[in-house]
Amino acid sequence: MEKTRNNRAWFMVLPVLALVAFSAVIPLMTVVNYAFNDTFGNNVFFWVGVEWFEEVLGSDRMWDALQRQLIFSAAVLAIEVPLGIAVALAMPKKGIWASVCLVLMALPLLIPWNVVGTIWQVFTRIDIGLLGSTLHQLGIDFNIGQNAGAAWATVIMMDVWHWTSLVVLLAYAGLQAIPDAYYQAAKIDQAGRWAVFRYVELPKLKGVLLIAILLRFMDSFMIYTEPFVVTGGGPGSTTTFLSIDLVKMALGQFDLGPAAAFSIMYFLVILLISWIFYTIMMNLDRQERPR
Amino acid sequence: MTTVAGTDLRAAPAVRSRATDNPQLRRLVSYIVLIGYLLFLLVPIYWLINMSFKDNVEILNQLTLLPAEPTTGNYAEILTDPTWYMGYVHSLTYVVMNTVISLCVALPAAYAFSRYSFVGDKHLFFWLLTNRMAPPAVFVLPFFQLYSSIGLFDTHIAVALAHCLFNIPLAVWILEGFMRGVPKEIDETAYIDGYSWGRFFVRIFMPLISSGIGVAAFFCFMFSWVDLLLSRTLTSTEVKTIGVAMTRTSSATGLDYGTLAAAGVLTIIPGALVIWFVRNYIAKGFALGRV
Amino acid sequence: MARIELSDLAHSYLSRPRDEEDYALKTIDLAWDDGGAYALLGASGCGKSTLLNIISGLLVPTRGKVLFDGTDMTEAPTSARNIAQVFQFPVVYDTMSVRDNLAFPLRNRRMEADYIRERVAKVSRMIGMEDQLARKARGLTADEKQKISLGRGMVREDVNAILFDEPLTVIDPHMKWELRTQLRQLHDEFGHTMIYVTHDQTEAMTFADKVVVMHDGRVVQLGTPDELFERPGHTFVGYFIGSPGMNLLDAEIDGSNAIVAGHVIPLAGHYAKPDGRTKIGIRPEFVSFTDKGGIPVNVTRVEDVGRHRIVRAELAGTPLNAVLLEQAPMLADTSHVIFPPEQIGVFVDDWRVEPQSGGAA
Repeated sequence: MEKTRNNRAWFMVLPVLALVAFSAVIPLMTVVNYAFNDTFGNNVFFWVGVEWFEEVLGSDRMWDALQRQLIFSAAVLAIEVPLGIAVALAMPKKGIWASVCLVLMALPLLIPWNVVGTIWQVFTRIDIGLLGSTLHQLGIDFNIGQNAGAAWATVIMMDVWHWTSLVVLLAYAGLQAIPDAYYQAAKIDQAGRWAVFRYVELPKLKGVLLIAILLRFMDSFMIYTEPFVVTGGGPGSTTTFLSIDLVKMALGQFDLGPAAAFSIMYFLVILLISWIFYTIMMNLDRQERPR
Repeated sequence: MTTVAGTDLRAAPAVRSRATDNPQLRRLVSYIVLIGYLLFLLVPIYWLINMSFKDNVEILNQLTLLPAEPTTGNYAEILTDPTWYMGYVHSLTYVVMNTVISLCVALPAAYAFSRYSFVGDKHLFFWLLTNRMAPPAVFVLPFFQLYSSIGLFDTHIAVALAHCLFNIPLAVWILEGFMRGVPKEIDETAYIDGYSWGRFFVRIFMPLISSGIGVAAFFCFMFSWVDLLLSRTLTSTEVKTIGVAMTRTSSATGLDYGTLAAAGVLTIIPGALVIWFVRNYIAKGFALGRV
Repeated sequence: MARIELSDLAHSYLSRPRDEEDYALKTIDLAWDDGGAYALLGASGCGKSTLLNIISGLLVPTRGKVLFDGTDMTEAPTSARNIAQVFQFPVVYDTMSVRDNLAFPLRNRRMEADYIRERVAKVSRMIGMEDQLARKARGLTADEKQKISLGRGMVREDVNAILFDEPLTVIDPHMKWELRTQLRQLHDEFGHTMIYVTHDQTEAMTFADKVVVMHDGRVVQLGTPDELFERPGHTFVGYFIGSPGMNLLDAEIDGSNAIVAGHVIPLAGHYAKPDGRTKIGIRPEFVSFTDKGGIPVNVTRVEDVGRHRIVRAELAGTPLNAVLLEQAPMLADTSHVIFPPEQIGVFVDDWRVEPQSGGAA
């Protein structure tokens, strides 16, 4: 749409600007302030330069957390995106069953995150949980408190349970937007099911899948509440992801300087990886060009 | 130009029907995927509901698929104990406040972005979206200090404002998409008919994008309702949110799983109600995810 | 290639149709001869596309049969029918190159690579896109995309029929004429059965040997363009074809005369006393003005449209059009017209009736 040039439109944006600035800029400035200063209390700060950054970068703690975080995000993306597309393809296109499916699938998205954690905590406990005790009886050691593998499996399963529906809903909306004529033409051209998916559905889903992947990446990278409730970051620190580590550092140990430096790098990593994702997806087009 | 040499048409191989093209098989696979996924989603919730109707003795001593002695005692406890039920009131209060604030400021801003171009509009829009990418954990400490220093700590408005950090960018983004779909001629016709901007916006424009407002409200509600980290950080005794009540109760009494499960079930209900009301818009709202 | 028969066909989009109104197609009995060039003409929403989708197997009719060379194909899936169809809006596979798009129907049928290459080269030449074979389909303009759709329809040599569903809607006017001529040439060259759906009478008349006119879910006439013009079988055909359409006047039939608003108009033959609503119809091209005798009309407007003039008049309140050559004299406000008897058609309840006796033209 042709837009009118009008700088007075700034006034309409002003309230948003003021509120977001209040809840983002001022806190960020505080973070930056802490990151470059040290304090002995009473709001007396002195400049320490990049010392905190060096400290955080030099310790294994952040690198370990980052590594765990990357593995976790990669794992949930690898499961949730294909599964979400498959479920969206399997869903009825219209009618009452489509509505029922949508409502049931949206349910996990609206459960408070700590309750999600609670649900999975009780579900996987070997004494009172259905899954945990079933596995236990099958002879599988599924004690989240002691077995790191079980803890990881639970955290990933929980994230798949919690968030695959978001991919489903996005992909479903994308599929609904494909005009019937494309399916009809494919039928006329005698295309098989795979060809329809590969050449009709997948290209049309690219936009929503980009959003799904970006959202899932960002949110899984920022995950805090659910693993905190289920595993508390344990056993040991095997499921201590970046956010959990950060909150431990900031509120638990009150290491303000390193926590702030950590925060800034954390934010930058998310921005960087999101930007890379976005650029790759956008460029896929040009690389796909025929020889 | 009659017949291409050596390519007699009738000699061309007949179309083979491949296994994937068998409609019955395809439908069967769809059902299996769909039902399998729905079971995966619903079984943990079922287990929570199942537990909520048992007393602690039964929960801890035997694993039953249905409560042997169904009891509503867990629910009765929550609904009679103010530390429990006020948790719901507090949570709903700040969620509603946040939704109203987010929509009120996002509506004019989204209009400005969709209709006008102005100095720095693209940068501003992008900056808003980057706030959605900021890990809430980064803001935990600065929020705590900021709201303490201005005396808003432990109030509803503090949580409502903090949630604006991620809800306003989202609301602006969703609303802008819907508004772009409304032809500009409608605005111009209204001005020619002598409507003032405010009257036009409220009387003509808002009804046109009512489904967009519904979708944006849904998302604001959802993200504010599911958060635990910020609400836990910004409240203590006066405003004890339901999430906080749950985490503190579970750690304090340790074994009161029946009440915990009942509290969890009660947190699912508002979400389920909201989904039911917007079920017809869900797919539409997600379809806006265009890049 | 096959002769396609539709027998007692009806279709409703509702799962439980109650009365006739619920049917998009009412009753269709029609045969398409192998190798014919047909146009399916009718106003929007008359059921043309429904009929096409039933032939190609995208829809299964509520009632009736579809026969290919006598074999019942009513329930057969699209892939078993070997029919090509081109839709109103271009459908291309965005991520494929133009070449892959054209090869797609053949690859799906597992044809040999050499054969595919040959066919693609040939078809791309036909649609004038041989220079752009390597390009991605995404960036093309609407008419280039539609040309690819046409090409995909024609790339299979052995198709039973090629169906066109208003394929030139999105094409520029000058390209329209060119593409239509090309289609016509292709038909003459390869002899595929072609069915061309359109609501534009000029398109239908220039493309087809036989025109099928549909109205409100029924076929009202099948005939050559000349037959449709001269002897419309239904008032809809008379009114829909021709510009302006046929004049239709409420009339009473009395033997070999028609009486319109008290004026006696001689007919070319003797008609039985009909039951129902009767009308007479005459093409504006055959209405002529006269100085003496004839029926009085009020001339309301004269439009000059280049080679001829269209006279808009009223006969006792009913609009009446006439087409006059440019050099004809100017007319007074009140003039008199005469209708040549052999050009008058008689319609009872909208369907044409023939005289019992007398020399029809």
